[in-house]
Amino acid sequence: MEKHVLLRDLDVPNIREIAVYQANDGYAAWRKAIGSLEVAGMKPDEVMGVVKDAGLRGRGGAGFPAGLKWSFLPKDMFPKYVVVNGDESEAGTFKDHQLVENNPHQVIEGVALCSYAVQAGTAYIYLRGEFYEPAKALQKAIDEAYAAGLLGKNIFGTSYSLDIHIHLGAGAYICGEETALLESLEGKLGQPRLRPPFPAVQGLYAKPTVINNIETLANVPPIVLYGAKWYRQFGTEKSPGTKIFCVSGRVNKPGNFELPLGQYTIRDLIEMAGGTIDGRPVKGILPAGSSAPILPASVLDTKLDYESVAAAGSILGSASFVILDDTVDIVWAARKMVRFFKHESCGKCTPCREGTFWALRVYDKIVSGHGTQRDIDMLVDVANGMANKCFCLLGEFSTSPVLSTIKHFRPEYEQFIREHHDGKSGIYQDELIRDHAISVLSEAPTGKSH
Amino acid sequence: MTLKEKRAADIEKVLAKYPTKRSAVMPLLYMAQEEYGFCSDDAMREVADITALDPTEVKSIVGFYTMFFEEKTGQYVIEVCDDLPCALRGADAFVHHCERKLGVQAGQTTPDGKFTLRTVMCIAACDRAPVAQVNREYRYSLTPESFDKMVDDLGGARSTAAGPQTA
Repeated sequence: MEKHVLLRDLDVPNIREIAVYQANDGYAAWRKAIGSLEVAGMKPDEVMGVVKDAGLRGRGGAGFPAGLKWSFLPKDMFPKYVVVNGDESEAGTFKDHQLVENNPHQVIEGVALCSYAVQAGTAYIYLRGEFYEPAKALQKAIDEAYAAGLLGKNIFGTSYSLDIHIHLGAGAYICGEETALLESLEGKLGQPRLRPPFPAVQGLYAKPTVINNIETLANVPPIVLYGAKWYRQFGTEKSPGTKIFCVSGRVNKPGNFELPLGQYTIRDLIEMAGGTIDGRPVKGILPAGSSAPILPASVLDTKLDYESVAAAGSILGSASFVILDDTVDIVWAARKMVRFFKHESCGKCTPCREGTFWALRVYDKIVSGHGTQRDIDMLVDVANGMANKCFCLLGEFSTSPVLSTIKHFRPEYEQFIREHHDGKSGIYQDELIRDHAISVLSEAPTGKSH
Repeated sequence: MTLKEKRAADIEKVLAKYPTKRSAVMPLLYMAQEEYGFCSDDAMREVADITALDPTEVKSIVGFYTMFFEEKTGQYVIEVCDDLPCALRGADAFVHHCERKLGVQAGQTTPDGKFTLRTVMCIAACDRAPVAQVNREYRYSLTPESFDKMVDDLGGARSTAAGPQTA
C-alpha cells in the first residue's frame, strides 16, 4: 500500500515514539472523541456508531462486526471491561507482534477509544507469554501515554478515567479463544467457558466485557478520525478496510503485507512476498495457519476477502498465509499441524483431547513406515468423530489439516504409504524421536500438554 | 529471603492491577521463576500464600502453562520453534544442529547446567525463521553459524564435533 493505515511503522520511522506518533495525527482521534473541559467531545454512542458504520470486522479470526459486538454490552451495568486479545498463537501469524512492537501507540489509542465507547474504566491487554519483549515496548508506550495525560484519572479534565494493563500469558494456544483468555486472566487454567452467557453480558469477573483482537482495535483511531466513509474507500462492501496478511513458508520474502480487502488475489500476495523459493510451483495454501482447510493451487486467483476465501473452501481467519510448494511432503505437513493441536488441546473435552491424541498416533504410524491404506480412512474417521462435537473451535479446527489434506491430496497419502510401509523405510525419524522424547519427558503427572 | 521480602514493591504493583488476588497468580509465578530459576514447591507455596489460593491450585496452573518450569533448567533456556511455518524454512535441520552444538537432545540440559534446549510451537515470528528465544528474548533469522556464535558468546564453547550425548 502507498500509505499504510495499520503498519504505519513502514511509512513513518520511529512512530513507536509518542512524539513522532503525535506529530503524525497520533491521539488526534482520542482527543476528538473525549474532548476536554472547554471542548465537547463525541458521545460514547457516536464513537460506537462510526465504528459500526465503517463496517469494521474482527481481525482475530471470526470476522464479527466490531461495532455490533460493542453494542451488546448492557448500558447500565458497571464496571465494564475491555480485554484485548494479543495471544497471537495461530501458526503463521505474526501481525500483532509487529503492531505492538513498532506501532504501539495506535494500539493503545484504539483500546482507549473502544473503552470510551463502551464506558469501561479498565482495559487488559493479554499478550502471549512469548511476547516478553514486545510487552516491554508496549508498557513503555503505555507509560508515555500516562505521562502525557492521555490515560489515567479524569483525562483532559473530563469525568472519564481509564487504566490500561498488560497481562502476559504463559504458552497456551487455547488462550486465544476468548473465554479461555478470560479464565487465564482471572488466574485459572486457560479452558473455554460454556456460552451463553456471552462475555458481553458476563465476561471478565462476570462483568460486561468486550474482547477484540489487537489488529481490530488498531483500526479504530483512523476510523474515528477520518470517518466511516473514508474507511470504506478501502476493501469491499462486506469486508471494508485494510487487513494485514502474514505470509510465511516457501516464499522468498516472508512478512506482513497490509492490503485493502478484496482487491488482490492469493497469487498477487505470493508475488508480493517475492514469489516461491526457486520459483517452484505452489502445492497448497493455508490461509489461516493450521486452523484453516488447505487450498489447492487451482484457487490461486481467489480474491483476498472473507467471502471469497470462504467460497474457495477455506476461511480467511487471521489471514496468516502459509505457502507450501511442490517440495513439501503433504503427509509430513499434516502431521506437523496435528502435532500442534495435540500439544495445544486444553484437555477439557473428550473429543478434542482424545481425538488429537489418536490422530497424531495414526500419523506417527504412517510416517514411521508402518502405515496401511486403511489408516487414511481411519484418520477421516477420527476427524469425523470430532467434528461438531468439541467444546470449542480448537478441536473443530484440528480436523481441518486432516480432512482437507486428505480431500485434496489423497493420492499423496496413498503413495507415501506404498513407498514406506515395511516398517523400515520410515522417514522423519529424527523428528519422531525428538517429539516422543519430549512428550515422555513432560508427560508428568501434572498432565502438561506436549 | 522470601519472594515477599525480595520483591515487595513489584508484588504490590501486580496485585494493584486486578480486582482479585487470584488474577496475579501468573505474573507472580513469572516473578518466582525469575528469582528461583523455576517454580519450585516452595515458590509455589509462596505464590499460593500471596494469592490466597491452595498450593495445589497454583501447581495446576504451573502444570497447565508450558512457560512455567517445574524442574530446574539451565541458566539459558533456548527454545527453538519447529512448527510448520518454521519447518518449511529448515527448522528441523536447524534443531538438529542445535542438538549437536550443545551436545544434548531437545528437552535436555547440558551437564554444566548452562543451557536447556527445548522445541516449541509457533512463536509468532515465522517471517524470520528459523527463530528461537533465549530466556524469552527473540533471536531471529538464525543460521548454524549465528547459533554457534550465540552459544559461544553465552559462555558455552562446546566443540561442534561432539556427538549427541545424554545428560
